[in-house]
Amino acid sequence: MEEIYAKFVSQKISKTRWRPVPPGSLQTADTFAAGSWDNEENYVSLWSIGDFGNLDSDGGFEGDHQLLCDIRHHGDVMDLQFFDQERIVAASSTGCVTVFLHHPNNQTLSVSQQWTAAHYHTGPGSPSCGSAPCTGVVCSNPEIVTVGEDGRINLFRADHKEAVRTIDNADSSTLHAVTFLRTPEILTVNSIGQLKIWDFRKQGNEPSQILSLTGDRVPLHCVDRHPNQQHVVATGGQDGMLSIWDVRQGTMPVSLLKAHEAEMWEVHFHPSNPDHLFTCSEDGSLWHWDASTDVPEKSSLFNQGGRNSTFLSHSISNQAGVHQSLISSWLSTDPAKDRIEITSLLPSRTLSVNSLDVLGPCLVCGTDSEAIYVTRQLFS
Amino acid sequence: MEELDGEPTVTLIPGVNSKKKQMCFDWGPGEMLVCETSFNKKESETKPGCPFIYIIRKDIDVYSQILRKLFNESHGIFVGLQRIEEELTGKSRKAQLVRVSKNYRSVIRACMEEMHQVAIAAKDPAIGRQFSSQVSILSAMELIWNLCEILFIEVAPAGALLLHLLDWVRLHVCEVDSLLADVLGSENPSKHDSFWKLVTILVLQGRLDEARQMLSKEADASPSSAGMCRILGDLMRTMPVLSPGNTQTLTELELKWQHWHEECERHLQDSTFASSPHLESLCKIMLGDEAALLEQKELLNNWYHFLVTRLLYSHPTVKPIDLHLYAQSSLDLFLGGESSPEPLDNILLAAFEFDIHQVIKECSIALSNWWFVAHLTDLLDHCKLLQSHNLYFGSNMREFLLLEYASGLFAHHSLWQLGVDYFDYCPELGRVSLELHIERIPLSTEQKALKVLRICEQRQMTEQVRSICKILAMNAVRNNRLGSALSWSIRAKDAAFATLVSDRFLKDYCERGSFSDLDLIDNLGPAMMLSDRLTFLGKYREFHRFYGEKRLTDAASLLLSLMTSQIAPRSFWVILLIDALPLLEEKEVVFSAEQTYELMRCLEDFASRRPVWREPGVQRIQEDVENTKLEMLRLALARNLGRAIIKEGSLEGS
Repeated sequence: MEEIYAKFVSQKISKTRWRPVPPGSLQTADTFAAGSWDNEENYVSLWSIGDFGNLDSDGGFEGDHQLLCDIRHHGDVMDLQFFDQERIVAASSTGCVTVFLHHPNNQTLSVSQQWTAAHYHTGPGSPSCGSAPCTGVVCSNPEIVTVGEDGRINLFRADHKEAVRTIDNADSSTLHAVTFLRTPEILTVNSIGQLKIWDFRKQGNEPSQILSLTGDRVPLHCVDRHPNQQHVVATGGQDGMLSIWDVRQGTMPVSLLKAHEAEMWEVHFHPSNPDHLFTCSEDGSLWHWDASTDVPEKSSLFNQGGRNSTFLSHSISNQAGVHQSLISSWLSTDPAKDRIEITSLLPSRTLSVNSLDVLGPCLVCGTDSEAIYVTRQLFS
Repeated sequence: MEELDGEPTVTLIPGVNSKKKQMCFDWGPGEMLVCETSFNKKESETKPGCPFIYIIRKDIDVYSQILRKLFNESHGIFVGLQRIEEELTGKSRKAQLVRVSKNYRSVIRACMEEMHQVAIAAKDPAIGRQFSSQVSILSAMELIWNLCEILFIEVAPAGALLLHLLDWVRLHVCEVDSLLADVLGSENPSKHDSFWKLVTILVLQGRLDEARQMLSKEADASPSSAGMCRILGDLMRTMPVLSPGNTQTLTELELKWQHWHEECERHLQDSTFASSPHLESLCKIMLGDEAALLEQKELLNNWYHFLVTRLLYSHPTVKPIDLHLYAQSSLDLFLGGESSPEPLDNILLAAFEFDIHQVIKECSIALSNWWFVAHLTDLLDHCKLLQSHNLYFGSNMREFLLLEYASGLFAHHSLWQLGVDYFDYCPELGRVSLELHIERIPLSTEQKALKVLRICEQRQMTEQVRSICKILAMNAVRNNRLGSALSWSIRAKDAAFATLVSDRFLKDYCERGSFSDLDLIDNLGPAMMLSDRLTFLGKYREFHRFYGEKRLTDAASLLLSLMTSQIAPRSFWVILLIDALPLLEEKEVVFSAEQTYELMRCLEDFASRRPVWREPGVQRIQEDVENTKLEMLRLALARNLGRAIIKEGSLEGS
């Protein structure tokens, strides 16, 4: 049984992110950042899951995560990303984008850079004095891309005071999330079920490609790209469906997998083991999807708590000619051959699980019931 | 008039002077009172109104950072309890309920410990005291809960009851453990200053095995008293107790206990321990001698410890129904008329009397939050202990308390999400309360709005869903985000608003000559049918797309049908007719003769209904421009008709 530690932190957690480990090091994840929302005072905080010599100060048990430091954050923390080892980028509901710097010597956080009105409305009678929530941020040193409810895309560069590039009215509806596809290209999802690819080399405010769900226009809330196969993209929608897309072909998802009962807030491929995928949802569940084909029939014990996926696939990629070995296990749509095993990771249903992050064998997630869950043995 | 159960507490509000007839407002269901104050007098003299208001909240505990953990963690337990299947009956159900009760208690304990840590770490002594008082409140809560668990949930029978009560006392009078470690840690335990104090406490708590070990240490150290120690130790060893696995009946136990009691008495009469006052007093305690017990008042700490010790050594098989007699007399004896009972004493006494309602009532008055009574009452209700009791207002007591608690949560800017589940489990008034509260959640971001919407949609609260979507759509319009506004009105199925937004789109088109937000309009799908204007918007855009893609015949018939089906607003007809011009001027004949007739009819229809301008000036010029356009159209139509007739005639011929 996997051990999962819960800690109640007296604030609703909107985002949790592992600090990246230095490339090439053998270290496992030991620090994560968390952001809160809907509080009178919101915070960005750093937590350690280190052992502290097996004995921590307030007699908590060994696996408990401890607060390292925190700092006030104006507005809800809408998104959080590590820029590098020391810097964290936070997106605020006030439209502000802040870069926080962590000082490991005295364990403090400070503001190192801020773009105050990155996202704003231009309407005549804007009730909120023009500011629009920034909903998503993605970093690829030295670039930072943000999207917001104002349908705007900003490209910032660390150490540049102004935005390097801004696409106004990039989307007629709210942009919910953003991720890098290939370096100058980004991928956004919006509230009318569209997946858009933008190329910063192109001028103008038109996306280079639009992919969309058919008909229903179900809002998409999250997006993640396969770490090795950059054309494979997973998104999660308002109806809790998981969609797998192949952005090279077609304008529709390759497969639609019935998943959660409410909004899927985040989806993440495992960075080093991409046959594994993790999703969390408003319905209070956190799922581990295992599509590794070489795994022998698992015992039903492992599968308890989860449920088998039902494929409602639009078999677009049914071309037999392609080498099987090259196709990602996520794109093959033969339900009989590749059963995806789903495991529910949280012991009991809680309020919404807003965010999750995976790194190596570690997983962290934050919930509206003000608890942060951490497990260090994902694949035990 | 209802009788008051106690003086209401007075809250002083700075700046409010009741003599000056200042007003306070009870602020909706938000659990707060808003008062005008006389601060900044100078400014308020010049203009009406007051510069400062003071907000008083009913339930301050909700705002404690540490208690938030209690609320969140217990929320999970509460929801779990509601889902305990009704089929579970008898033993398994009881075991479940006891487990739930223990879970609640462990959450209180965890909270208490954290509060304790904070109190110790606090640099400011005032804040430290504040936390310490919170610790004592939490500890009292746990004490009451534990007793209720023993008496009402566990419903222990005679015999077992006393064992539970002993555990209860041991759990809450826990200084002894540190003392024990201290004494055992010293070089010569029996010479330790607190040695006899420790042994006495152990005996008072019925921890006779440990007491015996301590005595054996004393026996080793001073050979003169070794004999006495051995005799008392034997008495301790032979005291008959009910062990859980044992099958002996209560009568057997009573008989054995009687024998043992007589033996103790004999030793006392024979003055076996006369040379050691310590041992003698221990023997007296074991005989249940009230005077000897009361001598140890300081070690007993409180009357309920006295009660349990007294029962242990005089009535070990006490029946639940007799408890209250002993409880009352123990309280009286212990206080000895020197002080009056405190609220906690009254609550415990009420519990010993099995008066659940009194317990809950006293707790409601004494404690500063609803958390305790709401959860305890709910649990007791699941034990089917409260069914007969109905209040003269609202619903039953459980529901009343849960509603109060949940309303307190909803008044909090962040904890409102927890409140939802509590309302869900209030069958009578929960839904109405939720409807009232949910509409008052400020929707700062779309994400928060989505969470609120999900709550409403799961409960089929269509009215609230509509109103939330409308608010969001309205905000989007104000922010010039027409695409967003349209999405929200489609989600709300709000035809009127969709029409309004569509009009804005068409207006923008007229002004700029191009459409905005194509990604949305091109993908409306079935949602287009929501309102006529929206359908028109979608179809008109489709016409533009056909035209752009050179699908002229499709474009032409679509354009015509927009007019003939009366779906296009009158004001837009000129634009549609003028849009027909390039199609009429195409080299190929696009409109058939039939279609041309239709178009002509539309044109004349439009021209005849046109308002006639009477005033001169700018409008005159506008009319002239329009007239010219119409003349051009008539000409183009006539030419097209001619071409179409020729073409159709020659086609038929061939």
